[in-house]
Amino acid sequence: MTTQATTELRKTALHSTHRRMGAKMVNFGGWDMPLEYSGILSEHEAVRTRAGLFDVSHMGEIEVRGGSALDLVQHVTCNDASKLAVGQAQYSGLMTARGTFVDDLLVHKISDRHYFLCVNAANQDGDFAHIRANNPMGAGVENSGERFSQLAIQGPKAASILAQLTAIRVGELKYYSFTFGDICDVDCLIARTGYTGEDGFEIYFEPRHSEQLWNHFLEAGSADGLIPCGLGARNTLRMEAGMCLYGNEIDETTTPWEAGLGWICKLEKGAFLGRGVLAEQKHAGVQRKLIGFEMLDKRIGRDGYPVTISGRPEGRVTSGGPSPTLKKNIGMAYVPPDQSAVGIQIGIEIRGQSAPARIVALPFYNRHRK
Amino acid sequence: MYPTDYRYTKDHEWVKVNGSTGTIGITDYAQNELGDVVFVEFPKVGVRVEAGKSFGTVESVKAVSELFCPLSGEVAEINSQLSDTPEKINQDPHGAAWLIRVKLSNPNEIASLMDAKAYEAYIATKTREQSA
Repeated sequence: MTTQATTELRKTALHSTHRRMGAKMVNFGGWDMPLEYSGILSEHEAVRTRAGLFDVSHMGEIEVRGGSALDLVQHVTCNDASKLAVGQAQYSGLMTARGTFVDDLLVHKISDRHYFLCVNAANQDGDFAHIRANNPMGAGVENSGERFSQLAIQGPKAASILAQLTAIRVGELKYYSFTFGDICDVDCLIARTGYTGEDGFEIYFEPRHSEQLWNHFLEAGSADGLIPCGLGARNTLRMEAGMCLYGNEIDETTTPWEAGLGWICKLEKGAFLGRGVLAEQKHAGVQRKLIGFEMLDKRIGRDGYPVTISGRPEGRVTSGGPSPTLKKNIGMAYVPPDQSAVGIQIGIEIRGQSAPARIVALPFYNRHRK
Repeated sequence: MYPTDYRYTKDHEWVKVNGSTGTIGITDYAQNELGDVVFVEFPKVGVRVEAGKSFGTVESVKAVSELFCPLSGEVAEINSQLSDTPEKINQDPHGAAWLIRVKLSNPNEIASLMDAKAYEAYIATKTREQSA
């Protein structure tokens, strides 16, 4: 097991808290982050059945301001931000001119003149440069990651725990909506979003309040079984929910159509980066398609393992591993569209042997909605 | 913590020798580094294993780790219970969750392994590297 020297790694405002609380740390995208606290399986289960608290302050924030803010957001992303009302958020893709992903992101509309983008940690600086380089409309663009910490409280008990700490009626906040308000006297942006496939909130605030809020959440949630969670559980949770991870399922070579993200690709909204290529690909069809699979024996198909169909090599597993909720080993991979139907048997090459797997529908896990 | 009658490798396996048989497992340090263990791939009974060479893998939710044999010989028994309860490796790595038993072909190899005191000193340096 290798651990990179931590001196080069970036740290969130909660770094010393994680170390003190005994988290196992890992280098994630250049950040020294908690991989796990009590263990990935127990943290995963807490989020599915109760609640978990994640420090995701490594995530980046970019703010777009001014009279042409919407024009810029529309130009660089593939979803239709003009559909957003103030206080709504949407999942979207930051596009290259080739219709591929510079990043995936959440676009929050704070006002007609102010959009708040939440982007991946490792991509933040590249995203910022890309947005500035494609800004002929002259909107204001700020790389504001250092001004925000972010905590995610996720799980069926998240709303009731959060409600103990704020006068905001968070239970009434709709999925993919957000509001501003105080939590324990700290000014926060509170969004009902998440990356776990469970109900929950992502909360943005000034870094100096991080430890205070972290402790308040843990204390308020302890009776309901809230526990601190790391990026290990975050990954197994998002994988079960069939959510893409940048660098695994999507990158600068993949388009929204290929990744099963056609629902965030709104050609009808007008011109945007990559639209021409994406319109063409929609018409001509894709060469590969993201599918979900489950292993048919106990072996585990993992990130990067080769995939075969009828003995022919067909790319690699993008993400794979155990599904703690389903008690199966699952994964995602790109395959040719004519071999992407549910039920088709594929092979995953594991240490020189082919292990059988079967294509299944995505997502693997769907929560019960009230 | 680390039984004094066991010997240890730098790859974090232990072996307990009883006559011409060696019982082999992974150390508490190794299970802690791996996290929740979910799968073990065993060698077949009867195959030859060599000191320092891979004899299987142990997998956690997050990671795959090769198992390296402390001593050479022939696999006499595998702890097949672990196929259904791999989490025992986290719970009792030095006891009930032994992995394989080997009929040793060269018991003298044990001289190259660490005793408990040396192993504890070895992992102390690892832990320091990580928190540096």
